[in-house]
Amino acid sequence: MSEQSINNAETSSRPPSPTAQRWKSFYKKLRKNKAAMVGGLLIIFFILVAILGPAFTPYEPNVQNHVNKLASPSSEHWFGTDHHGRDIFSRIIHGMSITLYVGFFSVLIGATVGIFLGVISGYYGRQVDTVIMRCMDILLAFPGILLALAIVSVLGGSLQNVIIAVGIFSVPVFARIVRGSTLAVRKLEYIDAMRALGASDARIIFKHILPNVTSPLIVQGTLSIATSILTASGLSFLGMGAQPPTPEWGAMLSGGRNYMWDAPHVAFFPGIAIVIVVLAFNIFGDGLRDALDPKMKN
Amino acid sequence: MFTFIIRRLIQTIPVLLGVTILTFSLMHLIPGDPAQIMAGESASPAQIEQMRERLGLNEAIPVQYAKYVSGVVQGDLGNSIRSGRAVADEISGRFWVTVELAIYSTILSVFIGLIAGVISATKHYTLTDVVIMIVALFGLSMPNFWLGLMLIQWFAIGMDIGPINTGWFAASGWGSWQQIVLPVITLGTAGAAIIARMTRSSMLEVIGQDYIRTARAKGVNEQVVIYRHALKNAMIPVVTVVGLQFGSLLGGAVLTEMVFAVNGMGRLIIDAIRARDFPIVQGTVLVFSLLFVAVNLLVDIAYRFLNKRIDLN
Repeated sequence: MSEQSINNAETSSRPPSPTAQRWKSFYKKLRKNKAAMVGGLLIIFFILVAILGPAFTPYEPNVQNHVNKLASPSSEHWFGTDHHGRDIFSRIIHGMSITLYVGFFSVLIGATVGIFLGVISGYYGRQVDTVIMRCMDILLAFPGILLALAIVSVLGGSLQNVIIAVGIFSVPVFARIVRGSTLAVRKLEYIDAMRALGASDARIIFKHILPNVTSPLIVQGTLSIATSILTASGLSFLGMGAQPPTPEWGAMLSGGRNYMWDAPHVAFFPGIAIVIVVLAFNIFGDGLRDALDPKMKN
Repeated sequence: MFTFIIRRLIQTIPVLLGVTILTFSLMHLIPGDPAQIMAGESASPAQIEQMRERLGLNEAIPVQYAKYVSGVVQGDLGNSIRSGRAVADEISGRFWVTVELAIYSTILSVFIGLIAGVISATKHYTLTDVVIMIVALFGLSMPNFWLGLMLIQWFAIGMDIGPINTGWFAASGWGSWQQIVLPVITLGTAGAAIIARMTRSSMLEVIGQDYIRTARAKGVNEQVVIYRHALKNAMIPVVTVVGLQFGSLLGGAVLTEMVFAVNGMGRLIIDAIRARDFPIVQGTVLVFSLLFVAVNLLVDIAYRFLNKRIDLN
């Protein structure tokens, strides 16, 4: 490592940027945390499965085969077949991209809106802050999945609406984190100095405030993906999300539950798939927190 | 203490107003004409007009909202489209089922979570700790509806292990203890996992403090150190988590009730969404939120009671 850094220093006249240094030290800390590395590698693996997997599945996810309904797991059908004779293994592989897509995009929506509201709230303070944070309190007053359910009941059940609903559901968490950090940074002297030098609000926010919030945001983002996947699969299980025949795991569970008595594998495998993906994000999030945010360390 | 409670009560007023505004808006955010939807697809224009009149949709929005709130305060949540019965009556029959489910699950998750967390903290970095934390991580990552289905599979339908069949509990309904056990485990697991993790980290922090070392140095019995000195202070952040957790618990109750066919508010709201019975959806969401706000209020007061050093004002 030291040799390499000397080489780098020789070949490039410029020292590495502070951002690059920060990432490097972060990666070093993360590498020490074995659980986090396992979680991270699993997530990379899942992404690869989502992208490449569908090309290699032994069966088409939606092709029905009524001769071979509810077949137990075998060498032909690794996870067995469902009540329409569809290969469960192939359906789970095809469902991976849906699960990750829902997780990433709902958190992206929640984080974007949350960061925006949090920065405004913390930076401008006073009435703006009061109004925004009271609105967040109101959103938080809706217990768990209920807010998402209410939104989906109005918008109608579809995967896209689930992403929006789960996104809205995660806005307050992000807004609170960003607001807290913004408040803390805003009062520091160097921000006053920036302002005295004539820096615009936008410049101060993007260059000096947001970089300070990156770590807690990454941690929260990762953990939120886990929660979002759980919530979204719950909505699909209730029939409010992905509609059949989409191979979404929650929907697969709800379709399979009536046949569980004769064919337990129909409900077992889609659930295990959810557990493993959510687990990977939780482990990775825990590890990121330990590496990035010593204050939050458990 | 008294002023604190009053102040805290006043603070919930804007939240309650916001909640009613949101539930009120639900009806108006439905794409299309609410009167048309409520009257049904085959309704004649006259019937739609009648429905519009009945719902007061011809009036200005603020007037409608004011009427809605005054109705809510008097316990009038409108009428169900499907059954025509008052929403409040439909809900009241099921309210206690959900509350019971939530309370039993909270008790279970606090009980298991605290024990597991304390064991994990006192034996930290041993195999026991690692195993407990891995189990907790699984508990946290499991969709509760799936756990419910698996429990039904294993303990309600039963597996034949030699001469024993494990079908000890009921797969559906609510009332007898055989019916209560599985839904409560289903709903309580995630909470137990979160409380175990929280208790562990909170205990580890407290155990590292000077006064614990002093107590040990004085020769105080280790049990007393852990349970009387450490746990008492470690409980403080845990109490907050229990309160916040109650929200996810209520949300989870919807899924649990669907899995176990428990006739609570969760099942009511799902059936109502499917039937597009919006007054029921609106009323149930409102009652769920009020319940959550009330529990958080109680938790805040309990928090204050437990930790008199904190000045929440």
